[in-house]
Amino acid sequence: MSDLTRLTAAETATGIASGAFSAVEVTEAHLARIEAVDEKVHAFLHVDREGALAAARAVDAKRERGERLGPLAGVPLALKDIFTTEGMPTTAGSKILEGWVPPYDATVTRRLREADVVILGKTNMDEFAMGSSTENSAYGPTGNPWDLTRIPGGSGGGSSASLASFQAPLAIGTDTGGSIRQPAAVTGTVGVKPTYGGVSRYGMVAFSSSLDQAGPCARTVLDAALLHSVIAGHDPMDSTSVDQPVPDVVAAAREGDVRGMRVGVVKEFRGEGYQSGVMQRFDESVALLRELGAEVVEVSCPSFTKALAAYYLIAPSECSSNLARFDAMRYGMRIGDDGTRSAEDVTAITREAGFGDEVKRRVMLGTYALSSGYYDAYYGSAQKVRTLITRDFARAFESVDVLVSPTTPTTAFPIGERADDPMAMYLADLCTIPSNLAGNAAMSLPSGLSPEDGLPVGLQIIAPAMADDRLYRVGAAVEAALQARWGHPLIEEAPSL
Amino acid sequence: MTVTELVSYEDALASYDPVMGLEVHVELGTRTKMFCGCSTGLGADANSQTCPTCLGLPGSLPVVNATGVESAIRIGLALNCDIAEWCRFARKNYFYPDMPKNFQTSQYDEPIAYDGYLDVQLEDGEVFRVAIERAHMEEDTGKSTHVGGATGRIQGASHSLLDYNRAGIPLIEIVTRPITGAGARAPEVAKAYVAELRELIKALGVSEARMEMGQMRCDVNLSLRPHGREKFGTRSETKNVNSLRSVERAARFEIQRHAAVLDGGGTIVQETRHFHEEDGSTTSGRVKEEAEDYRYFPEPDLVPVAPSREWVEELRAALPELPRLRRNRLREEWGISPFEMQSVLNAGAVGLIVATTDAGAPADQARKWWMGELARRANEHGTELADLPITPEQVARLCALVAEGSLNDKLARQAIEGVLAGEGGPDDVVAKRGLKVVSDEGALGAAVDAAIAENAPIADKIRGGKVAAAGALVGAVMKSTRGQADAARVRELILERLGVEG
Repeated sequence: MSDLTRLTAAETATGIASGAFSAVEVTEAHLARIEAVDEKVHAFLHVDREGALAAARAVDAKRERGERLGPLAGVPLALKDIFTTEGMPTTAGSKILEGWVPPYDATVTRRLREADVVILGKTNMDEFAMGSSTENSAYGPTGNPWDLTRIPGGSGGGSSASLASFQAPLAIGTDTGGSIRQPAAVTGTVGVKPTYGGVSRYGMVAFSSSLDQAGPCARTVLDAALLHSVIAGHDPMDSTSVDQPVPDVVAAAREGDVRGMRVGVVKEFRGEGYQSGVMQRFDESVALLRELGAEVVEVSCPSFTKALAAYYLIAPSECSSNLARFDAMRYGMRIGDDGTRSAEDVTAITREAGFGDEVKRRVMLGTYALSSGYYDAYYGSAQKVRTLITRDFARAFESVDVLVSPTTPTTAFPIGERADDPMAMYLADLCTIPSNLAGNAAMSLPSGLSPEDGLPVGLQIIAPAMADDRLYRVGAAVEAALQARWGHPLIEEAPSL
Repeated sequence: MTVTELVSYEDALASYDPVMGLEVHVELGTRTKMFCGCSTGLGADANSQTCPTCLGLPGSLPVVNATGVESAIRIGLALNCDIAEWCRFARKNYFYPDMPKNFQTSQYDEPIAYDGYLDVQLEDGEVFRVAIERAHMEEDTGKSTHVGGATGRIQGASHSLLDYNRAGIPLIEIVTRPITGAGARAPEVAKAYVAELRELIKALGVSEARMEMGQMRCDVNLSLRPHGREKFGTRSETKNVNSLRSVERAARFEIQRHAAVLDGGGTIVQETRHFHEEDGSTTSGRVKEEAEDYRYFPEPDLVPVAPSREWVEELRAALPELPRLRRNRLREEWGISPFEMQSVLNAGAVGLIVATTDAGAPADQARKWWMGELARRANEHGTELADLPITPEQVARLCALVAEGSLNDKLARQAIEGVLAGEGGPDDVVAKRGLKVVSDEGALGAAVDAAIAENAPIADKIRGGKVAAAGALVGAVMKSTRGQADAARVRELILERLGVEG
């Protein structure tokens, strides 16, 4: 059966549970697909063939013994290389961690294994999740399956590309400023940044602790919901993890109904810098929501215009501290240790060689922003802006149930186009960053292809903290209506490679 | 090592007024580390008590040890501090190989406890109030061992070994406000403060506070200013002064050194200094050319600590009697002078004496044995009084045997020797060694007669009225009975036989 890779995760799990095909067959089909196309796409940094097959065999054995299988048992998954995996390399896209094999599993990794999800391997990413194109990976860029000369988004470009090229039906990403949603938007897939604290950060290599959030990536809203419910929930190992029941995202995705809901269109997210085809698809989505029975109103969130500036003070500040541990002493790369140099020198030489330019840029920015005498003007002010943004959201959610916007102002840009222009690169996250600063939940799902370049456009849905289920309720309704209009899922229009 | 010029202590104090700041780090005796579940036990193999969190592995996260927070609050309350209603941890960023994350999780501008004081009593009974600025929570670093150098310092070492077992052990840092007005008594105040703080920590049961084990470490910051000047001088920071005596010596040395520099027209550089136990001197460590910038910011991996007022009041109500008040109460109950009480304290005997009286012994007897024979034995063996293999209950039993006349002091000392030698409890030793006072009047009478006969000249003196000479005959009788006689009864018998009135 050669088309096992074209199934959704839900279909795959049902097929395995019913005995229509085995987990091993599913895994082998995906491994073969990786073998066939990943040389071109470069979604994976590491493929764990043996581990994946062993996990699949365990699922088949369970089924043979008549044990109950979980909702995603036997479904293959591509894991962003930022989660620790016992016995499997974890690089976070950086040379400085080359060859490091963690002695422990991240909570997300553990929950996936416990749910019998088959981890195929680790996916490419911008170094330490810093970037919007995956070009900042120390291991080379990833191609966008829609057009291999274009970026697949970032930082989680490997995860989004693996989905769009049918190398995996599920993937995990992390979203600090849009690293799940923007790649989903530019690859025509679904990505969700859950409420901050909704999914444990334990074992996730930290970029900016107060913003980082792990979440599900898939080709359908329901698949994302199934994965969401597997990885979410309180974790005593993460003090910032929310100790509340996980919203019933699967039920919401199955319902998919916007009748009677109030939807707010964020006024600030349009204008200069927004591609006209992107806005065209966005306006159609808004019209569709009306048709489906939602009440649509315009809302203003004036502080959102300052979100990017605040983000580029807070994230670098936290990263300058989080990345200090890469000092060549305990793990990862060590160079210059020839017996004549001091530990300080070896640390400096290793960091110089082991970090890429973008990482160094942010470490320097953050070190400066936290310095005594500058702290109040930079880090302190940014935290105030963060409070204002949170208030803007709170005010908006007094009158609407969800907010919508384009996920990213443009479609996928060519690899190399913004590599030397960090400010242009940073603009890719203009619409996604406010939700990281405020800690609420947001989703990106396909809203069609931009007419001028035929590339996917993403619709962003934003919900209040711990109301993640609303994303799925609205997302599933929009997805169903759009697919009815197109006659098939958008992803089927992607080149077959 | 350069020879440091000093001026005499008296001359230094004649010109200058010392200002001190004391920073004390206390390792809490929690079972697990501050931010992970690793054991805090001492003496394990290097790096055997570590996990992803205390090794700072990528992806690891901290979780606050609730007992650590409770201990910090109790220390704060005992130091008469306000307890924060809401406070955060902060990251103190600097690179050092023994610090796994290259930042220390500490507290910065939101300490858990602040604005308190500790009253310390000097040896003559004078009470000096030391103002406490803050007490905050943080984690210890790992331990570096520099190999191949001459002095164990990093200079000249060929390589260094790192042990992260200590990394993440909870620390409470207690910082005083500048201590002024102590004058010539500043070193004494410093020592008394650290001693009092140690007693307090032990009384709270939050740490054993053994300075020799590094469980309590003191930094002495000191500056001088000419008499009459308000503004403080530049300070030196003498790090890791790890015994009470050293605290006093370090302060004294720095007063004399600063005075020499200032008298010579020089300026004090703000620097870290190392203390040397051998000769009580300090030498320059790292010069702080520019103020170190730790780039503190609130720790985003931890949620704020917000102890409820109810909990704080519960902890306050459950505080034990504070050591100084307890000592003063005991001193009055025992009827001894402040100086005698200080000796008891210095000997580490307060708790032992209290336990002995709790077991039924009169306080004066308990104190006599612990501060006399037992202190002598401990000194001989080079151990702490508390580490002698004899219990307060056993000492109380000895007191009882003496009181009932079964033992005299000499026999009691032999009984102690037996107990310490592991021969059993006091009654076992008395039975095995046959240590009973000879009370058989017949046998005693014969011994007295023999002594009088053998010492006729002395007996004559006594008969002639020199009663004081009776001691020699008592001694002879005690010798012939191998000490097993009641000396008072022997004396009575001698005087009776010689027809003299006692």
